[in-house]
Amino acid sequence: MSEITFSKSELERYSRHLIIPEFNIEGQRKLKAAKVLVVGTGGLGAPMLMYLAAAGVGTIGLVDFDVVDESNLQRQVLFSVNDIGKAKVEAAKERLEGLNPHIKIQIHNLRLTSENALEIFKNYDLVADGTDNFPTRYLVNDACVLLGKTNVYASIFRFDGQVSVFNYKDKNGIFGPNYRDLFPAPPPPGLVPSCAEGGVIGVLPGIIGSLQANEVIKVISGVGEPLAGRLFLFDALNFETRILKISKDPNQVPVSKLIDYEFFCGVGEPDSDQDENAKSEKNSFKEISVKELNEWQISGEKFQLIDVREEFEYEISNMGGELIPLDEIENNIEKIAKDVKVVVHCRSGQRSEEAIKVLEKKFDFRNLYNLRGGLLAYATEIDQSIAKY
Amino acid sequence: MAKIIIPTPLRKFTGNNAFLETNGKTIGKAIYGITETFPEIKQHLYDKDGKLRSFVRVFLGDTDVRTLSGELTEVGPTDTISIIPAIAGGIKG
Repeated sequence: MSEITFSKSELERYSRHLIIPEFNIEGQRKLKAAKVLVVGTGGLGAPMLMYLAAAGVGTIGLVDFDVVDESNLQRQVLFSVNDIGKAKVEAAKERLEGLNPHIKIQIHNLRLTSENALEIFKNYDLVADGTDNFPTRYLVNDACVLLGKTNVYASIFRFDGQVSVFNYKDKNGIFGPNYRDLFPAPPPPGLVPSCAEGGVIGVLPGIIGSLQANEVIKVISGVGEPLAGRLFLFDALNFETRILKISKDPNQVPVSKLIDYEFFCGVGEPDSDQDENAKSEKNSFKEISVKELNEWQISGEKFQLIDVREEFEYEISNMGGELIPLDEIENNIEKIAKDVKVVVHCRSGQRSEEAIKVLEKKFDFRNLYNLRGGLLAYATEIDQSIAKY
Repeated sequence: MAKIIIPTPLRKFTGNNAFLETNGKTIGKAIYGITETFPEIKQHLYDKDGKLRSFVRVFLGDTDVRTLSGELTEVGPTDTISIIPAIAGGIKG
């Protein structure tokens, strides 16, 4: 490790690390030699990347396929107004290189898949999971297990945060529990909180992503006790923290290869708890695109527009539809026309699909159309004055 | 009475209660007791075979009940039970 040297500028930059007795220049050398891959440059990735770059992690890889959107700026402090529309990894690279010119930033402007994950991961010492969906979380976990890499994990939801260090190889060469030991399988889509129940308080990823960066630095430097075999929980609303013990699940089938994670997580497939007809039922309802809806509007076609979102969402933006939240739909059947076409919409099309299923199955409606892509698609393709959220 | 901590995503099924109290003498009875008071939460905790779902973990104090006696784990009057769901972050739907 002594072959790793520092310039005068680097020594001055990292001096607050170098004077910590248990960290010192040895810890800094380990950071400089390290290659860390951060998957996701969003809410968690933003603070994590800034601290890892500032701290002097020598090589940082970024994986993301997304572009910067205005709705990111409430929490993704890596980006500024000028970055809107740019590829996140490009904008992040520019910002991080501005923050620390002594490090290397490698970008992977792509969607992580079972086909490319191992090829990308193998070039890094450690992976930090800052993703926002179950399929990618299981993919990151399994790829780390297969390659024997530590997975520094964090996850957030509304006011809640979780942090752990998975698949950590201890001094005896024994690997600690991984994500599957904690959660063997993901929730089926119907039980995942919908967009009306989502959201996150902006500062939470700042807190949790910073804890994640701290664990990355500890694992690399070997300083302190990593959060392996433990799950840290933070409830920002009540300011409560807990640490729970997690252990390897002897019943867990070992990971032997990467699989189809979209299928594993049931995305686009029926819940395994549903009956055999679920899949055919799922695809049986009618849909229209926002372009077709717009043609109906222009041509004066007679139809009713129902919005099944929540009132607080309607206040953010709406398309002039009649508001009947999904949870109240069964008590408001008389408000839904049976003699003209009815277009049902929500934010992106999932809840309106659920509403149509209920109305067709229980109340025998046959005149319902799901608006594909919902308000988001309409605001993107038809009416740009409508706010997206 | 023992305390059950309800995670944020499930609070809408418990009348927004973050904590519930239970007289259940075992983990199984304590958790199932929630579904008797709040039936809507049942499908989120149990699968069709009546088993606790695999994306929901139950802890007694700081210990996963799977490493104790599972649903038969005894619960004392001052114990705290945590229900921990998998969360992924972001906004979907």
